Amino acid sequence: MQMRLPEEQGLYNPENEHDSCGIGFVAHIKGKPSHDIVKRGLEVLRNMDHRGAISSDNSSGDGAGLLMQIPHEFITEVLKLKVGEQGKYGTGLIFLPKEETEANICVEILTKNIEAEGLKLVAYRDVPVDSSAPGEIAKTTEPTIKQVFVKANLEKDALERKLYIVRKLAEKEIRDSNLKYKDSFYQPSFSAKIIVYKGMFTPDQLRSYFLDFKNEQFKSAIALVHSRFSTNTFPTWDLAQPFRMVAHNGEINTVRGNRLWMQAREALMKSEVYGEDLKKLLPVIEPGKSDSASFDNVLEFLHLTGRSLPHSLCMMIPESFNQKNPIPDSLKAFYEYHSTIMEPWDGPASMVFSDGRYIGGTLDRNGLRPSRYVITKNNLIVMGSEVGVQTFKAEEIKEKGRLRPGKILLVDTQLGIIIPDQEVKAQLSRRNPYQMWLKENRLQMKDIVVKHRVPSSIENFETYSDVFGYTKEDMYEVIQPMSQNGAEPTGSMGNDAPPAVFSDKPKRFFDYFKQMFAQVTNPPIDPIREGLVMALTNYIGSLQSNMLSESPDHCKLVKFMGPILINTDLGKIKDLKDEMFTHKTIPMVFDVKEGVNGFEAALEKILADAEKAVDNKKNYIILTDRNISKDQAPIPSLLAVAAVHHHLIKTQKRMQVGIIVETGEAREVNHFALLLGYGASVVNPYLAFAAIDYMVKEGKINMEYKKARENYIKAINKGLLKVFSKMGISTLRSYHGSQIFESIGVSQGLIEKYFTGTVSKIGGVGLEEIYKETTMFHEKAYKIDTTPEPFRFESSGTNAWRKYGEHHAWNPETIGLLQWATRTNDYKKYKEYSAIVDEQNKKPAFIRSCFNFKKNPISVEDVEPVEEIMKRFVTGAMSYGSISKEAHEALAITMNTIGGRSNTGEGGENPERFGSIKNSKIKQVASGRFGVTNNYLTNAEELQIKIAQGAKPGEGGQLPGYKVNKIIAKTRNSTPGITLISPPPHHDIYSIEDLAQLIYDLKITNPNAKVSVKLVSEDGVGTIAAGVSKAFSDIIIIAGADGGTGASPASSIKHAGLPVELGIAETQQTLVLNNLRGRVKLQVDGQLKNGRDVVTLACLGGEEFGFSTSALIVLGCIMMRKCHMNTCPAGIATQDKSLRKRFIGKSEYTINFFRFIAQEIREYLAEMGFTKFDDIVGRTDLLEVNPEVTNWKMKNVDFSKLLYMPKETKEYDIRNTGSNTQSSKGHLDFDLIKEAKKAIKGSEKVWISHKIINVDRTAGAMLSGEISKKYGEAGLPEDSINCTFNGTAGQSFGAFLVKGVTFRLEGDSNDYIGKGLSGGKIIVVPPTGSTFKPEENIIIGNTSLYGATAGEAYIRGVAGERFCVRNSGAKAVIEGTGDHCCEYMTGGRVVVLGKTGRNFAAGMSGGIAYVLDETGDFNYYCNRGLVDLVPVEDKADVKELQGLISNHLLYTQSSLASKILTNWEEYLPSFVKVIPFEYRKVLEEQKVKELQKKLQLTEDDPSRHE
Amino acid sequence: MGDPKGFMTVPRKDAEYRPLKERVYDYGEVEQTLNEKDRQLQASRCMDCGIPFCHWGCPVGSKIPEWQDAVYNGRKEEAYYILHSTNSFPEITGRICPAPCEKSCVLAIHEEAVTIRENECATVEQAFDAGIIKPNPPKVRTGKKVAVIGSGPAGLAAADLLNRAGHSITVFEKNDAIGGLLRYGIPDFKLNKRVIDRRLEIFVEEGIEFKTSINVGVDILKDELLETFDAVLLAVGAEQARDLPVEGRELDGVHFAMDFLTKQNKIVAEQIIADEDQILAKDKNILVIGGGDTGSDCVGTSIRQKAKSVTQIEILPKPPEKRELNNPWPYWPETLRTTSSHKEGCERRWSLNTKRFIGENGKLKQVEIVQVEWEKDETGRWNMNEIPGTNEIIDAELVLLSMGFIQPVHAGLLDSFGVEYDKRGNVLVNENKQTSIDKIFAAGDVEKGASLVVHAIQAGNVAAKNVDGFLRNE
Repeated sequence: MQMRLPEEQGLYNPENEHDSCGIGFVAHIKGKPSHDIVKRGLEVLRNMDHRGAISSDNSSGDGAGLLMQIPHEFITEVLKLKVGEQGKYGTGLIFLPKEETEANICVEILTKNIEAEGLKLVAYRDVPVDSSAPGEIAKTTEPTIKQVFVKANLEKDALERKLYIVRKLAEKEIRDSNLKYKDSFYQPSFSAKIIVYKGMFTPDQLRSYFLDFKNEQFKSAIALVHSRFSTNTFPTWDLAQPFRMVAHNGEINTVRGNRLWMQAREALMKSEVYGEDLKKLLPVIEPGKSDSASFDNVLEFLHLTGRSLPHSLCMMIPESFNQKNPIPDSLKAFYEYHSTIMEPWDGPASMVFSDGRYIGGTLDRNGLRPSRYVITKNNLIVMGSEVGVQTFKAEEIKEKGRLRPGKILLVDTQLGIIIPDQEVKAQLSRRNPYQMWLKENRLQMKDIVVKHRVPSSIENFETYSDVFGYTKEDMYEVIQPMSQNGAEPTGSMGNDAPPAVFSDKPKRFFDYFKQMFAQVTNPPIDPIREGLVMALTNYIGSLQSNMLSESPDHCKLVKFMGPILINTDLGKIKDLKDEMFTHKTIPMVFDVKEGVNGFEAALEKILADAEKAVDNKKNYIILTDRNISKDQAPIPSLLAVAAVHHHLIKTQKRMQVGIIVETGEAREVNHFALLLGYGASVVNPYLAFAAIDYMVKEGKINMEYKKARENYIKAINKGLLKVFSKMGISTLRSYHGSQIFESIGVSQGLIEKYFTGTVSKIGGVGLEEIYKETTMFHEKAYKIDTTPEPFRFESSGTNAWRKYGEHHAWNPETIGLLQWATRTNDYKKYKEYSAIVDEQNKKPAFIRSCFNFKKNPISVEDVEPVEEIMKRFVTGAMSYGSISKEAHEALAITMNTIGGRSNTGEGGENPERFGSIKNSKIKQVASGRFGVTNNYLTNAEELQIKIAQGAKPGEGGQLPGYKVNKIIAKTRNSTPGITLISPPPHHDIYSIEDLAQLIYDLKITNPNAKVSVKLVSEDGVGTIAAGVSKAFSDIIIIAGADGGTGASPASSIKHAGLPVELGIAETQQTLVLNNLRGRVKLQVDGQLKNGRDVVTLACLGGEEFGFSTSALIVLGCIMMRKCHMNTCPAGIATQDKSLRKRFIGKSEYTINFFRFIAQEIREYLAEMGFTKFDDIVGRTDLLEVNPEVTNWKMKNVDFSKLLYMPKETKEYDIRNTGSNTQSSKGHLDFDLIKEAKKAIKGSEKVWISHKIINVDRTAGAMLSGEISKKYGEAGLPEDSINCTFNGTAGQSFGAFLVKGVTFRLEGDSNDYIGKGLSGGKIIVVPPTGSTFKPEENIIIGNTSLYGATAGEAYIRGVAGERFCVRNSGAKAVIEGTGDHCCEYMTGGRVVVLGKTGRNFAAGMSGGIAYVLDETGDFNYYCNRGLVDLVPVEDKADVKELQGLISNHLLYTQSSLASKILTNWEEYLPSFVKVIPFEYRKVLEEQKVKELQKKLQLTEDDPSRHE
Repeated sequence: MGDPKGFMTVPRKDAEYRPLKERVYDYGEVEQTLNEKDRQLQASRCMDCGIPFCHWGCPVGSKIPEWQDAVYNGRKEEAYYILHSTNSFPEITGRICPAPCEKSCVLAIHEEAVTIRENECATVEQAFDAGIIKPNPPKVRTGKKVAVIGSGPAGLAAADLLNRAGHSITVFEKNDAIGGLLRYGIPDFKLNKRVIDRRLEIFVEEGIEFKTSINVGVDILKDELLETFDAVLLAVGAEQARDLPVEGRELDGVHFAMDFLTKQNKIVAEQIIADEDQILAKDKNILVIGGGDTGSDCVGTSIRQKAKSVTQIEILPKPPEKRELNNPWPYWPETLRTTSSHKEGCERRWSLNTKRFIGENGKLKQVEIVQVEWEKDETGRWNMNEIPGTNEIIDAELVLLSMGFIQPVHAGLLDSFGVEYDKRGNVLVNENKQTSIDKIFAAGDVEKGASLVVHAIQAGNVAAKNVDGFLRNE
């Protein structure tokens, strides 16, 4: 029996498991317990069934549970236990091993601890269960479940604390024991207040499993529920939620750092309430549990050691407190003060919590999870991830609301009141004089007086720059542009250079680490448009002593606004003489003559010195490499910093000291991110500053040094925010020490010692190699040049190819031969090309080149034909827009000819191509949703959801206005000349269950299409893929981080994500372990060049293969890497007419290319002894490591994890064998289609009426698809099909609704209403009988009308966050919205007749919004980065606005609309018109053009020429 | 990159040649120069490619995009030093290199390559004019001595780099002046000899010692040399020209092209050549056999000597005007090249084999030629067949044999050194340019056969690096 996740094996790591889910609660506000509440709780759970997931056995749920008050009556009257009065006893379920002896030992241990703590054991009870209820997988690990009862004569809270001690002690003792099944022991709760019932169930199974639920006496005033969607399918009963305090929907991105910091703090804790007992509670965090479990551990700890629940929550997930958030200063001070005690647990989170008396919920600062509530007139409150989980009559409802970003909803069931957020927070901020404490203790960097200035120039700059390996690129392609423009430079066409460990050139140690990024399970953030939640402030100095106390001393710190320290500021710190601020400078250098041993000794000495500095009560350590010399070389700064950080954590001395780094090494964004991520607080890049000074003097930077430096710091800061946001992290404080990196090419030993917790899958360099690299730079720097010449910086060839520089897989030889071979259809030439690719790869260059195939030759004749093999080929997603029409169509023709599939990319497709040879079979759906109309979706064979792209995973994109010509604008439903922004996340995918919803939307819209999801290789991608396959994706694409044809920030191209080999192997292994592999097809793409590449990746698990760069090269691309400049001389990555004339590609060439590759694959198959491609998929046993492919750094590289085959390979499918179908049976649209038959067939109109509930999702999409099939983009005449719905609509109501269909909803709706609206009309009104004010109550959910391209929507009520995000053509009227309304909008009209949230119009580049600003503060709520606010004066505008409001009145009978229209003169001045600058310019130009045309016409009028 | 859209707005502009009517009356350089502004605009056309194919195509790996940017931005000093970092005398390649870089330029796909060669020449000339190029003698001497034998481009390049590395260099030259093929093989109208002298003056100031008119192997023997020097570099070229052993070869009037060109260069250098040694084209019908660059130089020289007519024949078929499908960019184009000399008035014919020289009284009068055709056999090799009945006799009083060079001259120096040869008769070297004899290296045509000047420079560079390594490891 296995209770836990599988062990770490191959590339699978249980650390990567994610989950997210549906959460909710039901409570009686006045605290009246009843069985009804429990029943309702279970019902809520059931109605969110679709948010959970089911395992490969199709019956095991991922977990469900319920937290409630202790059912006193049930215990005393039904169980007849003598527990005494309520609150004087504690109870909880216990999961025990099935094996009886061990179960008994566990019980004994628990009993022993109960008694040792002075409690009295009342009884153990066998909890009655129906063991037939769970699914097959769940059954394999079903524990024995007992319930324990203890009592004590203690006051309730004291008892609660004791129970906590007992639980922790028992937990620890069993964890440390050598019981075989110790993992099966688990205590879901142990409390005098609440009890948790949970397990590995679907919601329905939970109810039938625990027989207690059936008893009418089983009562509670609260029921908090959770249903889980996990990426894995392993039977983990303990990871079901709720935990002891919370249920969490979301993900803690910074959890690695949070756990480490928590561990570091434990040494310094002192508790007034626990005294000496505190030790018994440590470690606070149970090892090996999920992020949510760790969060719960810490929350419980903070709460039970004395802080209230809301207080503890506000410490852990503070709302943003910068100037963009309108909260009182006293509250800001509260947050700021606490930020010195604890860093945020950062990530999307919707939390519901309860301690039995209070119950409530909160959202993180971004508010990325939906949480809706309803309050009834008879004192019920129901909250959930969805609305409609409980149905009430319209007249019963008192209020409908939603949780808002950073806000708390709190119910006190004892006092019977709801405490609003302001009040909770006001109470918290009055606890102590935080503002005064801060003022008196905290130093601001800028307030410290400068005693002396430290110059920027360095005397021997040239030597320093050599020692630290400055190249010409570093100087003039990194530092110079940043200093000049205040932004990171852009590059394009991906990265085709080998990873550092495969390069025979010496590399900076930074290069061995790759940034991680968010995909699927949590969204990346847009650091520019949503900067309101981001922060770079942090503190240095003595960090807090005891986190459990609250005293002014905590804020005795130096606060800085950003982590880059200029020389003079570092000087200030060194000069500070205050006893609270002392430092120790530790040089990070070593004696080059002492060899590698000296290197190691020097590193150890640094660690010892650091420890000593803490013992000597220093407040910060300054690690410096300024004192290099001919004998002293620098230790790589990252190595030194990480080593010190981890050493101090291990010795429990980390919290007492801050780490400052003074280094000549750091120069680009990734360097700083790494130093901060591994523990540095601030970094002084003195050599980068000296370089700026040098270039200013040289005349290469045309501005004052100070300005240039300011720009440089700005660029680094912006870049850092981008790095954080990629992972969905908002603040430096939580990024600090969070290690959001993985290593490629560092040895296990080194990682374990100095980078504890970092993933490194193939091993690699150790101290010896690092020493050698460092000395290579050092030697060169001190080598005497007898005839020095100026301008000596050399290009290393990292970006552009250089003859003696870094190897690039695409180089003159490979490009020359490939183009030659494909143009002349010369297979022999192709083989020459292919041979060169293989030979160069063996240098080595890529992981794939390190293997040989096992041979067992057969005749090529027997192998399946090229036609069969070519079906596996696809081209990558390159949009028409990023590449020219000629290139885009050539690829489509190619793929349609050979039986493969081409990809539209993110940018729509001209409908004229549909049905022709130019139609792209794969239609991409990306975050911008450009051109994603119903008709577009209907014309696809495959619908691809792009989660991330290799060149810049975790980032959005931008098509600059000058590239948007008429036709591109048309296919993207926008206006020519308007910049188009793709947000970093899909705003309808913040979690895995959201992805499942989008997949469902697409399958409903086009039931004939396969759905694929594109992921990028990184650690944990396999686990995500498992989740994706459980979300019913048919194909999963694993893209390498190397590829990428578009424009990206230079640092993302090089430093984010992993090579595809690791990603595909991990995915294969994880899916096989989960028995999910048979359901999905795996596709790989990432710099595939020839048959060998394909065959190798097939053995690692790939079944289909994507080609992008190579295909473009065949069409004439010569890797200019100028895609971002619109100057592509090959006429490919450009829209410029004159450049497009240069396009010399032909689809024949690409056809030749794919035939060649397929032919070569056949030859390999024959060599290996297989007749069918299918037979080698996932067969890593056919690969053997080629010992000849090596270099001086690769001694310790180990591919065994990559080539690992889990033992499950023998039982389960290792390739796609069946389809991953999700039943759409019973979908509402089947009825609608039937009922609308007449309208679809002919011109008749129809009227339809239906009831609707929240499980009816994606209503209207399939109906619309039917219409698109018949009528294309045009749809039907307006109002041909009229449907009225009553009730609560499920997610995606009216998604992709086409012209001619009108949906009227009387009730309310969940998230994503009108998603991708394609011309249809949606009306939402409160049900008849409602008494609440529509304009003050929420009626539709978040992310409404996302990606709408046309149509109308009239909503009588308020919407959640992100109303009309990425709208490109719909018209909408609404009576109030949440944050981020009209975000990224490029077209259409929005009228808001009420309050808006913050960040209105962020990234809005087109369209117009009219906002009724009665209070005159709209200015504050609007993000004016791209828009102008003007009064509504223009006649045409007034007419338009009036027309829209009058429609609103007509369709919704809105009393608000009626009031406004009847008092028009009075209201009109309060309307603000929001218009993007760019859009205004374009409109004006259009007007001028029209005018000119008119003039032209009159001039041309012959009647005038008399 | 200077101007990302430069190539879209500025067309390629060649400096072109001086007017024909003027240039054929002197031996001044035929090529003109652009003004500085135009030159900068030409440099702006460089696109700073992600893969600079020019840089790949260039044998010395000139960092072309980097110095184009400097030229565009008016940074003369920087442009020069980038050029100089890969090539000891860019002013020479700037004049006479056939510029494989331009053939590989990405803009050459549409036949509008950047004028790299002209830009190179202009950059160096501007740098000389601006006084940027000054002697930079090594600050420290290693005390090691190297003898470089032969003062052609390979020898000079190696001498320069080794000198800059601090070694003491002596260059031995059998002729009376330094420069080898550069000085006596290339006509002044293509390379003014003052350009060589200017560079040599710098070399001398930087401490290289030049010894002319010394025939190593005769005047100094191997053992003596090895005793005095820590290393020896052979850079004596591949001077043995391909002969045409047909009837009448011995006739007066049949000469090797190099003899003809050398004499004219000496005349231009105002050396006196005895009448009986003169080879003059004046008033004669000239037949140049061989269609390469040397042949073309013979054409230009003959025209300047006032020949009556000049005909150039080539045994191979006429190359195509444009690239053929099987000879794509970025590879070297096997296409018809027309030089300034060709435009000065000569007849060019192809697919012609020389049957015999016909003389009168020992003097050449006519030449019999025949048309040939080329066929590929089963093994893919080209075979030549004469076309019966196409024999033709043409008048020619002077025949200049310019059919290339086959190998270095073995007799004398090389044989006396006892170096091994490869199958083609070149001096055998390993990848470090080391010969079969300890301390003796070889670089340039002597080890790889006759080739372009720029290849010789690169061979010199490579040899210098290896000799330096050899000396340091000792």
